Amino acid sequence: MRHGRYPFIIGFLAAPLILYVVFVISPYFQAFYIALTDWRGITATPEYTGFDNFARLFDDEVFWHAVRHHIVLLVAMPLLTIAIALFFSFLLNLGGGSKGGRMTGVTGSTFYRVVFFFPQVLAVAIVGVLFQAIYRPDESGVINGLLGKIGVQPIGWLTNPDLALWSIIAVMVWQAVGFYVVLFSAGMSAIPKDVFEAAALDGAGRFRMFFSITLPLLWDTLQVGWVYLGIAAFDGFALVQVLSVDRGGPDNATTVLPLEIWRNAFNFSKYGYASAMGVALFFMTITFAVLTLRVTRRERIEL
Amino acid sequence: MTHTDGSPGAITRRQMLRRIGLTALVAGPGAGLLNACATSGGGSAAPAASGSAAATSAANPLGVNPASPLEVVIFKGGLGDAYATDVHEPMYKKMYPQAEIKHVATQQIAQTLQPRFASGDVPDMISNAGADLMDEGALQAEGQLLDLTPLFDAPSIDDPSKKVRDTLLPGTVEAGYIAGKPYVLKYVTSTYGLWYDANLFKEKGWTPPKTFDEFKTFCETAKSAGIVPYAYAGKNASYYQYWMILISAAKIGGNEVLINIDNLADGAWTAEPVRQAAAAWAEIGPYMGKSFEGLIHTEVQTRQNQGKIAFYPSGSWLENEQKSNTPDTFAYAVAPTPSVTGTDKMPYEAIRVAPGENYIVPAQAKNPQGGLEYLRIMLSKEGAKGFTEKSGSFTVVVGATEGLTLSPGNQSVADAQKAAGQNIVTLSLFETWYKELETELRKQTNALMFGRIGADEFVEKMQAAADKTKNDSSITKQQRSA
Repeated sequence: MRHGRYPFIIGFLAAPLILYVVFVISPYFQAFYIALTDWRGITATPEYTGFDNFARLFDDEVFWHAVRHHIVLLVAMPLLTIAIALFFSFLLNLGGGSKGGRMTGVTGSTFYRVVFFFPQVLAVAIVGVLFQAIYRPDESGVINGLLGKIGVQPIGWLTNPDLALWSIIAVMVWQAVGFYVVLFSAGMSAIPKDVFEAAALDGAGRFRMFFSITLPLLWDTLQVGWVYLGIAAFDGFALVQVLSVDRGGPDNATTVLPLEIWRNAFNFSKYGYASAMGVALFFMTITFAVLTLRVTRRERIEL
Repeated sequence: MTHTDGSPGAITRRQMLRRIGLTALVAGPGAGLLNACATSGGGSAAPAASGSAAATSAANPLGVNPASPLEVVIFKGGLGDAYATDVHEPMYKKMYPQAEIKHVATQQIAQTLQPRFASGDVPDMISNAGADLMDEGALQAEGQLLDLTPLFDAPSIDDPSKKVRDTLLPGTVEAGYIAGKPYVLKYVTSTYGLWYDANLFKEKGWTPPKTFDEFKTFCETAKSAGIVPYAYAGKNASYYQYWMILISAAKIGGNEVLINIDNLADGAWTAEPVRQAAAAWAEIGPYMGKSFEGLIHTEVQTRQNQGKIAFYPSGSWLENEQKSNTPDTFAYAVAPTPSVTGTDKMPYEAIRVAPGENYIVPAQAKNPQGGLEYLRIMLSKEGAKGFTEKSGSFTVVVGATEGLTLSPGNQSVADAQKAAGQNIVTLSLFETWYKELETELRKQTNALMFGRIGADEFVEKMQAAADKTKNDSSITKQQRSA
């Protein structure tokens, strides 16, 4: 049997591994190589230019705008999403208090759980088009139409440079919350009931229960959520592309790196420079993931 | 890139790179390069200008052999091909009854013609248009295009005392230059200006302003009537606005201003005419209100159709584009951009009329004289008039719309062109030459029009962007003289 096992395993692993190498790993390596050339997408033999493209990044105002936006996204998007998702999943699972010795959610929580998941089901493009109508800057927009009814002047959600990025972050949060509600709900239901019961017997209120029991026992799930959201914060391409003024505007106020990569590659035919941006983005994402996992490492609570 | 045999990593990388390159070739602007490769097989043959030629005469200035067959390939797109089958081809047949005409209509010019260029069996006239058009620069470089100078120097069919080139809108011949010679006939024109509803203006007793002072007064009047005086779509069509700024700059300082910008000349953007044009338009911006920066062109165009906007900057395709949204009471009309100073080089009536839609004669055609003659027929008043009737678009032939029943918008374009005469604002070519500069211009145009920067900052930022393009060795530079 020993002899038959390896071909069997290899047979199963080979196909996905080859696909992964061809479509994920090899493009990465190519991007690293192309980043060192002045390739404009047409010639078969790009000129090797060393670190020219990377040097150019340092003087590129738009690149630094995009990096700053990723930092804002990185802090705001996961914080908001996790805070809201935690709040909702606590309400859905434990918010109803103890009934007959069991912790329950608020009334109708099974229904809410489905509703919260809806935005996750919608394709990003649809979300983009939807919010285009919601954010429209005159009275025909959903929000501004409502504001108009109470006599408030239309607000340029996406045209005011100070507001535009936050409007887009709000859409990202709106779309992500549902998934994390489900994720955290699953985490909470894995917490043994007797822990809550014991706490309830000792007279802990909902707040105390949330901060002293739910949160610490949910830490692993939170950490995973944070890494996922952080990586999502390095994207944002589709929403910015659809929603923002002049793709990344006004005045670069909403631009993100994937958008600039796309623009440089497919609009300006500067594949080499776009690849350099891609490599920079790759290192940012990796650094973030490693840092998050290191910093949030805690002693595991054995149950 | 070094070739390291035997190393599998290097081979995959090379192959992958080549594959990506090939995709880009097929999909993008590089399609012409592929043509060049495909055509190079038969490309060494000298142009077959002899053989079929006949002696020239006053009636036959290009020396067409009346018995030679003629093959015409037409791109059958938005303009259709009835203009060829019902107008130009019968005209040719009438002049040369012995000639047999073969008409080919296709939507895939490159796919249809590439193999034929490769084998040397090419048609005599091609309308090179559509998404799959052939790269004319590459064709010219391969010696596949016929120089159209004899056509432009030939006497016009309508008035033999005039050369063909003198019957066309100024700039038409130059617009078809490749490497300093006219290889391409650009036949169809688009007219740019401020579009409005003539009926609304009649009802309100308004007339289009002729100066920017009048424009500002008009803005106040329209505003008090509850109508947005002027608007464009900042979200995706800020280039409609920079067209207007550039047209104003050309009116102040002449077409040289735009030619300097295209040539990335030092200080082309900080030149006084550009600054004045930007300053004048920046004063109009506040009348629009901030919300238009977040709207797309269809939203703004629909609002104009609903009578909520007075002026909208666009080109003559607008009337056709909005057909399904335009109420019956709405009559499109175009007005030139107002004059900025009292000493503008071009009069108020000056307007941008840009030629497009390309027609070529292959150098290896069996009947190249016939191809040229066919183009001369297209450039006659009768040929041009027939084209406008069949396709609804205007041609580069001056005065060819007289006596035609036109849609309100087209009628207004004809009137505007007539009023403009020789005062035609040239098309900016940097828009396609230097995409990065163009992107920056879109950004800064919104910033200027929505009040985040002033005219001085606008021209300085654009000058910096132009200088950056100029100093970027990886960008191929282009030049134009007219």
